[in-house]
Amino acid sequence: MTPFSYERAPDATSAVARVAGHPNAVFLGGGTNLVDHMRLGVARPDLLVDVSRLPFSQIETLPDDGIRIGAGVRNSDLAAHRAIRERYPVLSQAMLAGASGQLRNLATTGGNLLQRTRCAYFQDVTTPCNKRNPGTGCSAIDGHNRDHAILGASEHCVAVHPSDMAVALTALDAVVIVLGPAGERRIPVADLHRLPGNTPERDTALERGDLIVAVELAALPVAVNSAYYKVRDRASYAFALVSVAAALEVRNGRVADARIALGGIAHKPWRALRAEAVLRGAAATEETYGRAADAELADSRPLQHNAFKVPLAHNTLRMVLRRLTAGASS
Amino acid sequence: MEASITLRVDGRERSLRVDTRTTLLDALRERLGVTSVKKGCDHGQCGACTVLLDGRRATTCLALAVAYDGATITTARGLAASGNLHPVQQAFLDHDALQCGYCTPGQICSAVGMLEEFRAGHPSFVTEGPGVPAALSDEEIRERMSGNLCRCGAYVNIVAAIRQAMGEVGGRETGPGTAERAAP
Repeated sequence: MTPFSYERAPDATSAVARVAGHPNAVFLGGGTNLVDHMRLGVARPDLLVDVSRLPFSQIETLPDDGIRIGAGVRNSDLAAHRAIRERYPVLSQAMLAGASGQLRNLATTGGNLLQRTRCAYFQDVTTPCNKRNPGTGCSAIDGHNRDHAILGASEHCVAVHPSDMAVALTALDAVVIVLGPAGERRIPVADLHRLPGNTPERDTALERGDLIVAVELAALPVAVNSAYYKVRDRASYAFALVSVAAALEVRNGRVADARIALGGIAHKPWRALRAEAVLRGAAATEETYGRAADAELADSRPLQHNAFKVPLAHNTLRMVLRRLTAGASS
Repeated sequence: MEASITLRVDGRERSLRVDTRTTLLDALRERLGVTSVKKGCDHGQCGACTVLLDGRRATTCLALAVAYDGATITTARGLAASGNLHPVQQAFLDHDALQCGYCTPGQICSAVGMLEEFRAGHPSFVTEGPGVPAALSDEEIRERMSGNLCRCGAYVNIVAAIRQAMGEVGGRETGPGTAERAAP
C-alpha cells in the first residue's frame, strides 16, 4: 500500500472542497472496497478524507411519502428498516443478497453505489486493463470471461457492475443526491453508472470532489409487490451471475405497471425498459413474460465463456415475474 | 504517515501510534498482541478476522485502524473476560464445532453478533415476508453465518452449536416484527 495522509472531514462541504482541490484524494466511507483496492495496488490515493462520521446515517420519510436514505446508512440497517422492508422489499432483499453480515455492518449506501467491478483482471495489477490503466487493453475479452457482460459492453471493457443494491435502486427509479464543489444536484440512479464505451476508466457520471450524500425513493406503490432474485455459484456470499430486481402490478389479468432491472450482465445496473414496454397493458401470462425477456435480451452479445447468461437471465426474469404475479393484487 | 489512536480492546484501553496504512486487524495482532483475532484471506472474503466493533460484528482486515479511533472492540478472548465462557463458546465446545480451530474465533464473534442482530429483528436473505421468525431455522443460521468460511468443513457442527446457543442466550422476546434501528 502506498503511503497516504488521513483526515476526518468536519462537514460535507469541507470534505468536498478538500477532495476537489487535491488531485489524488478520495473519500473514505466503510472502506470495504477501497481498502482492498489500496492493498492490491488498484487504488493509490495519497489522501483519504474520512466521511464516515458525517451526519448522513438517517432514513427519513419525506413529505410526499418518499424516503430519503443517508449516504452513510450501513447496508445492514437499510436492509432491516421497517419501511424499506414493507414498501420496497426488492431493496431490502437486494441488500441482504450482497456480501456478508459483517461486511454489511461496515458498508455504506454511498459506497455500495460506488463499488467497482470484481473483474479479476481489473483487480490484478499484473494484467492489462483499460479500466485500471487506460489504453493497455482488455484482458477479459479473450480471457476468462465467464462472469462478464452480455449487454452494453464495448471493445474496451466487458466488466460488470457488482452491486445488488444498485440494481434494486435502478428498478425503483431512485435519485442520487450529490454534493459537488458547485453545490447539490440530483442524478437519477439510471444515469449515475455508465456504459464503458471508450472510457471504461469512468464508472459513473460523478466528477472529482462529488460526494453522494443521500438516495431518495419516490412513494411508488407498485414497489410493494417487488422482489430481488440472485443467481450465483454458491448459495450465499457470492457475486451475481445474473440477478433480477422487479416490481409488478397486475389488474384484471393485465400488467398495469412493471419496473425491472437486471444485474450481473452489464457495466451498469441494466434497466429493462424494452421488457417493461412489452409488459405494460399486456396479459399477465407466461407467454407475455417470455416475449418481454426476448425483447430485453435480443441485443445480447455473449463472450466465449458466458453464453449461459442469456438463457439464465431469460429464465430468471420469467420466474421472478411469475412469482410476482402470484403476489400481485388485482 | 502516522496517527495516534486509542482503542478499547477486550475491556482494556490501549493507546498507540499507527502508520495510516495499518488495518484494525494488524493493529490488534501485530501492535497490541491480541492474537485471538485471526488473519485469513486479508480481503474480506473469509471472516476469520471478525470481531465485535462497537457492538456489531465486523471484519477487521478492511478497516483502517486510524478510522476507528475511540472504538470499542471485543474479540473472542474478550467474550470470556469474566473467566466464564460465553454461551456461544461453550456451545462450540459442546458440539465439537471446529477441526483446526483457525476460523473459530471469527466464527464465534460472528455468531454472537448475528444473534444480537436476530434479537433486534434483522431479517436475512432467506427470511420470508416482512416479519422475522421467533427462532432461527438451520437455513437461517447458515445464511446469516455465510460470511465465515471453514476450510475444515465443520459447518454441520457449527450450525448445531449456534442452534444451542440461540436457546441459551435467548431468542427473540417479541413475536414476528421488524427493526427500525440497528442491532446495538
